[in-house]
Amino acid sequence: MADKQAQTKGYMSCAMEWIDARFPLTSNIKNHLTEYYAPKNFNFWYFFGSLAMLVLVLQILTGIFLTMHYKPDAELAFASVEYIMRDVFGGNIIRYMHSTGASMFFVVVYLHMFRGIIYGSYRNPRELIWLFGVAIFLCLMGEAFFGYLLPWGQMSYWGAQVIVNLFSAVPFIGPDLSEWLRGDYLVSDATLNRFFAFHVIALPLVLLGLVVVHLIALHEVGSNNPDGVEIKAKKDKKTGIPLDGIPFHPYYTVKDLVGVAVFLIVFAAIIFFAPEMGGYFLEANNFVPADPLKTPAHIAPVWYFTPYYSILRAVPPVLNSQFPGVAAMGLSVVAFAFLPWLDKSPVKSIRYRGSLYKRWLAAFVVSFLVLGYLGTVPSNVWGQFGSWLGGADRATVVARIFTTIYFLFFILMPWYTAKDKTKPVPERVTY
Amino acid sequence: MSDSQIDKNSTLSFHSPSEVDLEKRQFLITVTACTGAVGAAAVAVPFVGSMLPSERAKAAGAPVEVDISKVEPGSMITAEWRGQPVWIINRTDAMTADLAKLNDQLSDPNSEVVSQQPGYCKNPHRSIKENISVVVGICTHLGCSPSEKLKAGGDMGDNWTGGFFCPCHGSKFDLAGRVFKGSPAPTNLVVPPHQYLSDTTLLIGVDGKAEA
Repeated sequence: MADKQAQTKGYMSCAMEWIDARFPLTSNIKNHLTEYYAPKNFNFWYFFGSLAMLVLVLQILTGIFLTMHYKPDAELAFASVEYIMRDVFGGNIIRYMHSTGASMFFVVVYLHMFRGIIYGSYRNPRELIWLFGVAIFLCLMGEAFFGYLLPWGQMSYWGAQVIVNLFSAVPFIGPDLSEWLRGDYLVSDATLNRFFAFHVIALPLVLLGLVVVHLIALHEVGSNNPDGVEIKAKKDKKTGIPLDGIPFHPYYTVKDLVGVAVFLIVFAAIIFFAPEMGGYFLEANNFVPADPLKTPAHIAPVWYFTPYYSILRAVPPVLNSQFPGVAAMGLSVVAFAFLPWLDKSPVKSIRYRGSLYKRWLAAFVVSFLVLGYLGTVPSNVWGQFGSWLGGADRATVVARIFTTIYFLFFILMPWYTAKDKTKPVPERVTY
Repeated sequence: MSDSQIDKNSTLSFHSPSEVDLEKRQFLITVTACTGAVGAAAVAVPFVGSMLPSERAKAAGAPVEVDISKVEPGSMITAEWRGQPVWIINRTDAMTADLAKLNDQLSDPNSEVVSQQPGYCKNPHRSIKENISVVVGICTHLGCSPSEKLKAGGDMGDNWTGGFFCPCHGSKFDLAGRVFKGSPAPTNLVVPPHQYLSDTTLLIGVDGKAEA
């Protein structure tokens, strides 16, 4: 009987039936791939979500293999990384994939976030997707920060020292808090050991969980698109399928494959030809073992943290407390979470917004880039102003101006998005 | 699910809705939740506490003895105490004479912030012996170790009379560890508790009596 059935239906579909009676495999494939309808007008900006997933997988995979050789011990850590680079077969490739992957993660995530901003993907009904995304971003920053201590180089050490000391600026509990975070009076073996625990297990678990809820929320409400038009508003009367929707698989899986191919070409080129990226992906000072008694002459975070670091440096201490600077830095990251409620425009996509919004967005992008650059260089890079400005560092004054613009983009958003002259939005998507 | 739904859909319902004491149910829910929360808080104690400095880390914070007989005037050495650099600077008479001239350029020239030095070092030169300065070489901004710029002038500009420059965020300190105005560092460098065991032996980490 069973054999006869297999002959007529095929072993594969028999197996699927067996599974489907016990686990919703077919219905999940349908709901999330073959019958998940995405707008048909996606452009290249829509590559970066799936690329972020690809980098996440790469980071987990390379991370597992690095953990097989790495030693989370202040005495052994630096040498174990050099051991991976020199003596482990393929170790240098795996390590460079991981270090380059960290930077590329931020490249694709920043582009993914920018896509969300220009097309209004954070707007109703996608606020929760956006909030989960901001949480992923925060988690990613933590992951990058904890991971950067592990090679136990000079930059690892002093970067961690500076960032953990940021918590000392918290009123009242600050010094105790940073001591608790370090587990010692200074960054030490205890700190390295716990950062390792956070980096390899605690945060990756949180990150994976957040990615899952990010996708569940996305598939519940459906993807936005470059026109900011809700495709679910116009459905085929017979089938109930959105008229402007196409199944994610095979249409977008195939499209994303093109993105993956291009990304991997760039990724491989960096790994093979410029893994340190001129000091931007791996800083020169990090090839010197950590020395708690000697701070390197120039200390700067890795490029993806520099805009926020510039904001930290730009805010002057108030009443002998550096807390305002720390608070401003924290706020500059968390500010993204408020976008869904700050944007009062009747349209979602930049395609139908007026010039007022576009100018503010351009000012924000320029601020982000300038602050990012300034964070990589010492604050006296452009020399000082004359006595008419109290001999202030030119770069610090510029950083203060752009910090102000950065925050005004958020603070004034309810005003300029409401006042902006928008264009009429089409009923259906365009392409 | 409301009570009536349970009743309709379940053959295992033992009570009709009228028999359910809702007040008692709410009380039991509250008591169970509170008991659970207390238990969870108690379990959190060892986990949160395990991240504090361990007994070994605390023991490593013992005082250290330093021989300062070989520190020439106008030079400095670095000792290690609690894993931090402690600078011992032998200032020349000219250097100490310059200290008072800087007062109007400093944030806290008279060491009014009490947490930054023991009482016996709250004086114009911030030290027990006028010439020997002992300070923790950790910037009060974000914990970097400033670079020594003991010599006047040089790359620090013509008005520089010697001191320290933090490479991280550009804070400047004079030869008594006092912070210049306009630096990101909010306070002067910390003078650690210390005492002289003899004329040339310093004990860092324990308060002693001020010498006359």
